[in-house]
Amino acid sequence: MTQLVEAGASLRSARLRLSAALWRRPWLKLALLLAAPVLVFAVVYLGALASLFVSAFWQIDSFTAAVVHKWTLDNFRTLWHDHTYWRITGRTIGLAAAVTVTDAVLAFPLAYFMARIAPPRWRALLFVAVLLPLWSSYLVRIYAWRTILAKNGALNWVLNGIGLPDAGLAYTNTAMWIVFSYVWLPFMVLPVYAALERIPDNYLEASQDLGAKGSRTLRSVILPLAIPGIVAGSIFTFSLTLGDFITPALVGGAGSSFIGNIVEDKVGQPDIPFAAAFATVPVVVMGIYLLIARRLGAFEAV
Amino acid sequence: MAVEERIEQSPERAAEPSGTPDVRLERVTKRFDDVVAVDDLSLEIERGSFFALLGPSGCGKTTTLRMIGGFEEPSAGVIYLGDHEVSGTPPYKRDVNTVFQSYALFPHLSIFENVAFGLRRKGTRGGNLKGKVEEMLDLVQLSGYGRRKPRQLSGGQQQRVALARALVNSPRVLLLDEPLGALDLKLRKEMQLFIKRLQHDVGITFIHVTHDQEEAMTMADRIAVMNRGKIEQLGGPDDLYERPQTAFVAGFLGISNLLTGEVSGRDTVRLGDGTTIRVRADALDGRSGRVAVGIRPEKIRPDDQDPNALQGVVRERAYIGVSTQYIVETRYGNVTVVVLNDRPGSIPHSPGDHLTLSWDPEATFILDPMEEPA
Repeated sequence: MTQLVEAGASLRSARLRLSAALWRRPWLKLALLLAAPVLVFAVVYLGALASLFVSAFWQIDSFTAAVVHKWTLDNFRTLWHDHTYWRITGRTIGLAAAVTVTDAVLAFPLAYFMARIAPPRWRALLFVAVLLPLWSSYLVRIYAWRTILAKNGALNWVLNGIGLPDAGLAYTNTAMWIVFSYVWLPFMVLPVYAALERIPDNYLEASQDLGAKGSRTLRSVILPLAIPGIVAGSIFTFSLTLGDFITPALVGGAGSSFIGNIVEDKVGQPDIPFAAAFATVPVVVMGIYLLIARRLGAFEAV
Repeated sequence: MAVEERIEQSPERAAEPSGTPDVRLERVTKRFDDVVAVDDLSLEIERGSFFALLGPSGCGKTTTLRMIGGFEEPSAGVIYLGDHEVSGTPPYKRDVNTVFQSYALFPHLSIFENVAFGLRRKGTRGGNLKGKVEEMLDLVQLSGYGRRKPRQLSGGQQQRVALARALVNSPRVLLLDEPLGALDLKLRKEMQLFIKRLQHDVGITFIHVTHDQEEAMTMADRIAVMNRGKIEQLGGPDDLYERPQTAFVAGFLGISNLLTGEVSGRDTVRLGDGTTIRVRADALDGRSGRVAVGIRPEKIRPDDQDPNALQGVVRERAYIGVSTQYIVETRYGNVTVVVLNDRPGSIPHSPGDHLTLSWDPEATFILDPMEEPA
C-alpha cells in the first residue's frame, strides 16, 4: 500500500519535473511536437521527389529492361526533340488552364452568393451541395459522366427527345474539359468562399459611400480582395488536372493522352527513368505557375 | 449618374438660403423586426456645425447616422439633406461621406488610391486628381505617405487617412461613426482636438456618433443625448452639463447628487427632515410637489461658505491627482464631492471626519423625482 502511494507520488513528481523542463525550454517542446511531421515530410515526401528526379537521369537497358545507373540526359533529349511529347504537354497544360478559368468563372458567383447573400440555412444547404460529390468516389463520378456523355447516353437521349442531333461529345477533349471542371469545382468554391467571407461589410459600405455603384465595387474592391482565394483555388484545379490520368483514359478519346497517361504507359513497359523524366514536367510547370502567382502579388496577405 | 448628381448639387448647395439646415430628420422611425432602434425622431442640424449624437450602446445613435448616410432606410419619416429629400437614394448618390468605425480603408490600395477613390468615381483625373489628393494628405499631416499600404500605418495615421478619404470629396456632411474608439487614450485626446480643428478649417458639417461624453463635449458645438431611440436632450455641452433636464442626461454626463424634497416656495425646496435649501428660481420654473434637486460634485465645497449646507461623515476618499473625490454620508444618502487639489500641502479630509458641505443655489438643477438616475 505504502509502496503504491510512493510510486504514485514519484510518478507525479516525474511528470511535474518533465512539464517544468518543457516549460523552461520552449524549443524542446517545439522539437518534440514537430519531430514526427518533419521526419515524414523530409523522408517520405521530399525523398520520393528526390528519387524521382534522380532516376530521371538513369537509363534502361534495351535488352534486359533493367535500369542502368549511368548518368545521362537522353530522356530529356527525347522529350525535347519528339513533337508528340510537346503536343501532349501542350494539351495537358491547355486543358488545365481552361478548367481553371472555367471553375473560377463558375465558382465566383456561387461563392459570392454563399458568403454574402444567402441566409444561414441556404448557406448550409449549398455547402452540402458543393461538398456532396466529394463523398463519393472520384472514379464513380467519372464513370457517371462517361455514361451521360456516351453515344447512347443520357445527354443525347435528352437532345434527341427534343428533336436535336447528338452532341457528339463522347471521348473528346470537350468531354474531358466538362468532367475536369465538374470534379475540381469544389476545390475552387471553398477558397473563394473563404476569401469573400472575410471581406468586412464596411469595405463595401465605404466603397458605396465614396460614390461607387455595385459593379464598380465588385471590380475595385471585392474582386481584388478575392484574388488570393481564386489563386489558391486555381492551384488546386490546375495542379490536379495537370497530374491526372484517369479522366483522359476514361472519357478522353484516342488523341487525348495526358502527361499522366504516358507516364503510366512507360511505368508499365517498364521504363521508369523515362516516366520519371516526363513526370518532372508537371512539377516544373507548377513551379513556374507558383512563381508567376507570387510575382503578381497573389500571396500577399492583405 | 452619380457624377451628374454631384456636379448638379454643388451650385445648388451654394444657392440655398443660409438658414437651411444641412440635415433634417422629420419623425424618423427605424424598426428592426420587433426592435425599435430609432423612435419618432426629429432633428435639425445647422450648416457648418459640429454635431454629436451621444448615448449608450443600443440607443439608436449609429442607426440614425446610418440612415443619414443611406446604409439604412427609415421605416417611417423623412430625411432631408439641404432641401433634398433623400429617401430611397443609395449611398453613392448622397452628398455625404463617412468615416467608419474601424476606418474601412481598402487594404489592397495604397494610401493615395484610398484617398483618390471617391474622386475617381467623380471622373477626376490626372494632375487635378493628384493635386487634390496631395493637398488633402497634407491637411491631415500625411504628405509623403501616399505610396504606403494601410497596414503599414499606425492606428492614428489610418484614422487620418479615413478622414482625408472622406473629406477630399467635399461632402455636404461628414459622418463620423465612433471614429476614435480603436485608439488609446492619449492618441484619442490628440485626435479629438485635431478633428475639431479640421472641422473648423474645412467648415463642413460634421455629425459625430460617440458613447463617450467627454469626447462629445470636447468636440461638438451641439450634442443630442439619445436614449432608447429618442433624443433626451439637445443643447450645447454646458447646457447639458449644468442644466440637464432628465435624470438620464444628468447621469450620463458625469456624476450628479440628487436630493429629493417638496417645493416650498419660489426658490426653495424642503427636504425630508424639514431642512430647507435654496435653488435657482428659473430651474424650479413654477413647479410644485416633489422634485429632485441636483448638484454636480465639484460644485459642493467641503466648508460652510455657501448658503446651502449639509452635515456629513466622510466614508471614502479617492485621490485622482487633479482632484480628490469624497463619498460623504449624509441624512439624505451618500453625496459625492470633488475637491480640486489646487493648493500645495492642503490637508485632505480622512474617512470618519465630520464635514460640512455647502453649495451655491445657482449651481443646482431640478429633475422629476420619480426618475432613477441611469
